[in-house]
Amino acid sequence: MSVLASSDCKETFVLNLGPQHPATHGVLRVKLTMDGEYIRHAEPVLGYIHRMHEKMGENRTWAQFMPNTGRLDYLSALSYNHGYVLAVERAAGIAVPERAEYIRVITVELNRISSHLVWFGAFILDLGGFTPLLYAFDDREIILDLLQAVTGSRLTYCYFRFGGVYNDIEPDFITGTLAFIKRLRERMPMYHNLVTKNIILIKRLKDIGFVPAEMCRKYGATGPVLRGAGVGYDVRRAEPYSVYPELDFDIPTYPEGDCMARYMVRLDEIEQSMRIIEQACAKLPDGPVMAEKAPKIIKPAKGDYYAAVEAARGSFGVRLVSDGTTTPYRLKLRSPSYSNLSLFGEASRGMLLPDALALMGSLDLVIPEIDR
Amino acid sequence: MNLHSEPIRLLAFLVGIIAFAALNAAYLVWLERKVAGHVQRRIGPKEVGPFGLLQPLVDGIKLMTKQVLIPDNIDPILFRLAPPLLLIPAVMSFVTIPFSETLVARDINLGLLMIFAFASINVLGILLGGWGSNNKYAVIAAARGVSQNVAYEIPMLITVITMVMITHTLNLNEIVRQQGGGIFNWYIFRWSANPLMLISFLIFFTCSLAETNRAPFDLGEAESELVAGYHTEYSGMGFGIFFMGEYANIVIGCSLATILFLGGWQCPFGLWPGVHWFLIKLYILIFTVILIRWTFPRTTIYGLLNLSWKVLIPFALFNLILTGAMIKIWPMIFP
Amino acid sequence: MISLALKSALAALAVNEAVVTDFAARGFHFDVTVAPDAVEAAAEILNLEGFFLEAITGVDWLADGQMEVVYDYNHSTTPGRVVIRARVSRATPELPTVSAIYPGALWHERETHDFFGIVFLRHPDLSPLLLPEDADFHPLRKDYTP
Repeated sequence: MSVLASSDCKETFVLNLGPQHPATHGVLRVKLTMDGEYIRHAEPVLGYIHRMHEKMGENRTWAQFMPNTGRLDYLSALSYNHGYVLAVERAAGIAVPERAEYIRVITVELNRISSHLVWFGAFILDLGGFTPLLYAFDDREIILDLLQAVTGSRLTYCYFRFGGVYNDIEPDFITGTLAFIKRLRERMPMYHNLVTKNIILIKRLKDIGFVPAEMCRKYGATGPVLRGAGVGYDVRRAEPYSVYPELDFDIPTYPEGDCMARYMVRLDEIEQSMRIIEQACAKLPDGPVMAEKAPKIIKPAKGDYYAAVEAARGSFGVRLVSDGTTTPYRLKLRSPSYSNLSLFGEASRGMLLPDALALMGSLDLVIPEIDR
Repeated sequence: MNLHSEPIRLLAFLVGIIAFAALNAAYLVWLERKVAGHVQRRIGPKEVGPFGLLQPLVDGIKLMTKQVLIPDNIDPILFRLAPPLLLIPAVMSFVTIPFSETLVARDINLGLLMIFAFASINVLGILLGGWGSNNKYAVIAAARGVSQNVAYEIPMLITVITMVMITHTLNLNEIVRQQGGGIFNWYIFRWSANPLMLISFLIFFTCSLAETNRAPFDLGEAESELVAGYHTEYSGMGFGIFFMGEYANIVIGCSLATILFLGGWQCPFGLWPGVHWFLIKLYILIFTVILIRWTFPRTTIYGLLNLSWKVLIPFALFNLILTGAMIKIWPMIFP
Repeated sequence: MISLALKSALAALAVNEAVVTDFAARGFHFDVTVAPDAVEAAAEILNLEGFFLEAITGVDWLADGQMEVVYDYNHSTTPGRVVIRARVSRATPELPTVSAIYPGALWHERETHDFFGIVFLRHPDLSPLLLPEDADFHPLRKDYTP
């Protein structure tokens, strides 16, 4: 239904969606120029929780910036930890023990599942279904408990260190994780039966909100948005880091490029993450979790470095410029939602308001990460 | 005291109906929250009173003691007129509802007509509330509400016309009386009158969901799109009255479905007819309505209109023709 | 991987030598510094090859009196990161926009303008994106004092 109402109608009005609005999940504001319920023009307005993390990075040591990375994306903070430690380890040439790499993968994938579960609930909430949110949170609660036992926090993690992780996991954690995966495996068919096969949901998602691969490329969209357009780009495979090359997992892609495709990509990714965790738990070697030769004071050589990880929302990149001192000279955070949201203006043109909100929900935006 | 004297009877029913409407509004909210809780694996309200039963009371007190915020630049008359316009027709409709054979405020011959006359007023409340608030979300919601009500009134009325053709009366009590003597005399199962009776019931029930702005058709108050829809700008008891009106409408819709299709106060096996059967059937229907709200996502406005114009209206029309044919042609073939 | 044809096409634009970098050590494959007015040409070449723009950012080299604009390109099917750099003087930090080729650059360039005051010529709207709408300061400049 992306047909514009008669185009010579000049009576448009501006609808301010946000910064306080139930569907924006945070302080995003979208200035919509509407023609009735059709969107003529949509302009996201950002910066309501801009905290200038990049400037903060220039004023503290390499290690002191770690907690900031957990506050970019509050739903998958560990991926952002991971991106930053990868960049610094690359710059300073620090090797990471294998056990630590496996622990990183297990915790990051758990975090990815929890992020997708929150998205699942919140997305259906955007579509007016209240109940799945509570079910998803029920599952996510277990992940938070597991991660809390290891990392000491529930949301804004700061668990990774340059050269390893902060502390070792306990056998309880592995058994708890495997028990959780068993539970979630049983619940995924329920989610599909109750939600995915619901006729109203299908009607609201299928053929709605097209984001074709070419549009993704022009706007630099990555992650499930790109994979929902049929491009199997995943940093874990494209630029293998950590121990991902040793693990067997698929990259779910759906060629349709509509909201349903992005929905299915995320649900399939939950399954793939479960596979990764199971393999990583089985392969988990013994040994230290912190590199013994990791320097206490980091002073990377002059130059600039880049590292990217596959966060729950797409490719998260860190560009470091070092001048050989104990503080970063420049630190750029490339956040996936920022690029994913930038295509909203073009993708939503001519859509009806409820469909545009379905599109916005399917992009899985986390506002602190956009505003940084 | 002579209960049959007309003024006393009127007063008693007036008090009774308003009390029934208010009590329903209050306790349906409680039921809604309890059902929602259990659907979502929570327990719902439990702190105030046993099982949270006093929760509606304190909610009511809260709503009444809240400051009523009236924004600038509204239309002062329409803004204040809208909540009563939504509530009063709903309460008025209770007048002709036969709770039992004798428990009916006014047993008039045009009962069904009167309910639909009042039901079409309440859309005015939505329209004026949205328009009077001078809020873009509210205006969009009001526009949606009106197009939705117009679209769903048609299949609903066509279905009701088929019922009237079968029952030959507009008197609700008479309609119930015709359904006496067991479950197979209820019109929903009276397939000799029209083999598509079950579909008629489903059309009627769907339409009454849409008419009362209930999920999955609650587009007028789709909070992820329109914040709170047409009552975005209302606070305190202004909002409370909208709420009461909404629940009163649900009760009316379900009462009508009970009366027309499920035998009203008749007993499923022909014994002890009375008000208890009416209430049981009514609350089963209301429970279904609540359950639907907590298990389905919301449709879109065009999905909703498509359903009405492309599915429900053709079906209802076909049903009407079929019923007419059954009434006229059936006796000719099998005299 | 990055094709030889692309490498030579980009190297033709380079002001000093284009470098094939060690991915494991640096995190990107190909590093080219171009003249400020050649960023559009570079973007055009990469666009034809099907690259996408990951990010645009700036670096303030206060000691050199220059500012550097860094474009990170990446390819989604044949991964290969290309970094295009351009240096502009701090006195007149101006270079053309690539937003006509990559609309995704609109926001990245606005953000870079917010933080560094680098002006992207022919950019349709350089009003502050992340900073307050009346911001007239550029916080990531090294001589910025709040």
